[in-house]
Amino acid sequence: MTFFGHTLKAGLRALAALTALAAAPAMAQAPTQATGTLDAIRARGTLICGVNTGLAGFAQPNSQGVWTGFDVEYCRALAVAIFNDASKVRYVPTTAQVRFTALQSGEVDVLFRNTTWTLSRDTSLGLDFPAINFYDGQGFMVKRSANVASARDLDGATICVQPGTTTEQNLADWARGARIRFTPVVIERLEDNIAAYLAGRCDAYTTDISGLAATRAAQSQPNDHVILPEVISKEPLGPLVRHGDQRFADLVRWVHFGLITAEEFEVTAANVVQLSTTDTRPDVQRLLGRTSELGQMLGVDNRWMVNIIRTTGNYGEIFTRHLTPIGLQRGPNALWSTPGGLQYAPPFR
Amino acid sequence: MASDTTLTPVSIPVPPEPRRAPISVVGPIAWVRANLFSGWLSTAITLALGYLIIRWAIGFIDWAFINAIWSVPNNQTQACRDARGVGACWAVVTEKHRFILFGTYPYEEHWRPALACVIFVGLYIVSAMRRFWRKELALIWIAALTAIGVLMWGGILGMPFVAQERWGGLPITLILSTFGLAFAFPLAILVALGRRSKMPAIKAICVLYVELIRGVPLISLLFMASVMFPLFLPEGMNIDKLLRAQIAIILFAGAYLAEVVRAGLQALPKGQYEAADALGLSYWHKTGFIILPQALRMVIPPLVNTFIGFFKDTSLVLIIGIFDLLTAGKTAIVEPAWQGFGVEVYITIGLIYFCFCFAMSKYSQSLEAELNQHRRR
Repeated sequence: MTFFGHTLKAGLRALAALTALAAAPAMAQAPTQATGTLDAIRARGTLICGVNTGLAGFAQPNSQGVWTGFDVEYCRALAVAIFNDASKVRYVPTTAQVRFTALQSGEVDVLFRNTTWTLSRDTSLGLDFPAINFYDGQGFMVKRSANVASARDLDGATICVQPGTTTEQNLADWARGARIRFTPVVIERLEDNIAAYLAGRCDAYTTDISGLAATRAAQSQPNDHVILPEVISKEPLGPLVRHGDQRFADLVRWVHFGLITAEEFEVTAANVVQLSTTDTRPDVQRLLGRTSELGQMLGVDNRWMVNIIRTTGNYGEIFTRHLTPIGLQRGPNALWSTPGGLQYAPPFR
Repeated sequence: MASDTTLTPVSIPVPPEPRRAPISVVGPIAWVRANLFSGWLSTAITLALGYLIIRWAIGFIDWAFINAIWSVPNNQTQACRDARGVGACWAVVTEKHRFILFGTYPYEEHWRPALACVIFVGLYIVSAMRRFWRKELALIWIAALTAIGVLMWGGILGMPFVAQERWGGLPITLILSTFGLAFAFPLAILVALGRRSKMPAIKAICVLYVELIRGVPLISLLFMASVMFPLFLPEGMNIDKLLRAQIAIILFAGAYLAEVVRAGLQALPKGQYEAADALGLSYWHKTGFIILPQALRMVIPPLVNTFIGFFKDTSLVLIIGIFDLLTAGKTAIVEPAWQGFGVEVYITIGLIYFCFCFAMSKYSQSLEAELNQHRRR
């Protein structure tokens, strides 16, 4: 009655595939959700937000059992937009296997659960990705003592990787393309993987850069480890909503854009209330609801962005609060005005 | 023959004190000699193993107590990281114990799940004592489980409502296993009886149920309950995630327990059935007074085996995102400051599981000895 390792994983994978198949027809006949997620949330009085069961920096309960993290701030922001009250959120921890069903079946209203936007997920699940709130990608971590400056120097190396994930596939694809030979050390559990890397069983450890940074920050001597500059895959992470409810998708999308725009115009948690009455820049006046009626167009209060930024801060502040401590650089998540930055918001007009 | 007339006092020999066998034959020293030092090979192995055990024990005591770090201020775990490999970092348990025990339950309200756990343990103790084995016990169970429900949900008596997805830790493990087994056991008895029934429809249903459930792993049943089942429900209708997992566990445990009970039914000599029939007892009287009491006491060891197995199997709910004791412990060490102190957390959780499982196992041994006195060899 107890199940271990591969049997478990294989079983899960088979079931996940089965579920996806079963879900497809169920979704095809269920566009009735379009009657309004937003109205349902208002009637219920709380937003139900699907989050990760525990991922450092993104969503994790702290010692008091209160959910914190980058994704959690987005849930709070959305709740503020709808209710002007960040506490009106119920967090439902979802595992990788049940996350899509939880959203499809209406158990949660929205997923903020570091899910990679791919074409097949966008088209076959009956779900939509309204935005990308974090650009991730797969990278490598090596020991500083190994004197490796670039992933191209990894020819002949042994690399620790988790099996059955896209990580393993990406590694193989990249090595083939770059004509690099390597020996994979395939270890099922994350913690064992890290232990193997630290013990020197492999020269490099590969996973998403956010994961590498978190691992690195947790070491007693973080500077002994280097994250190599190469990013070998694209992992755009974003929220998910049910397909067919464009009004709610718009709201989720523009909450994200609002946080980006606030950073662009240097509207922060500290100065937003003051700026909402004194700022003379037309863009800021529209963002903060002093002129025009952008909030109402989304079906929420006109001062929604003031309330959000007062609660969570702008995108940069959220990032600094939750992701900088785990050792993440802004990198591609810097604003578009910074070289290499990809975070861009359409105008608030 | 003068001596015949004069009665000299005959000293009646005092029976000697029963002497203990020499210390070299009985007692601990003799046992040690016979079992550990009976020959040069045995002595060598004893000494080698003794050396290893003592070394390991000293190392463990050093690690777990002497060099251990019991608390650190404000999540500053550098001291713990410096002591890595030398001393345990119990600070992680100090910092996170309330999260491990109660998950994401609101912090100020932690007395409620704590009290619920105490009620659970009290319930187990009361149910274990034979003097409480009366009809009133059912009332005690109903009252206790209602109290636990009220405590956990709240919403009345001035206690704020706490939604199910915020429950976690030990109460979840106890709820899943207690409710699971409490409902699965009667179900199992009915199914076991049904499987031996002469009515073909009932028999077929019971066989189908048992074989179907035993044919799939628990994890896939949980998966069905949490992933597939919601898709078949009408729009806007949602059955609580915990309840779905609970029902899956009841169904699964029911099938396994049914087979255990059936083993007991089959082990009973046919004469018992026939004697009961000869007395003119109805089916339910026969079953309730003659068959089940004998059958169940015969299968106490496998029953407890299954109970203990299920107590631990409840941790599989982690795959559907319910924070039971084990998952809460795993989640506690996600925070970067506390990453890498899994051993300490797992030891703590292991001890909690051990307390419950060992108590179950010990209790079943005494119960077995008490109930099966007439057939002990």
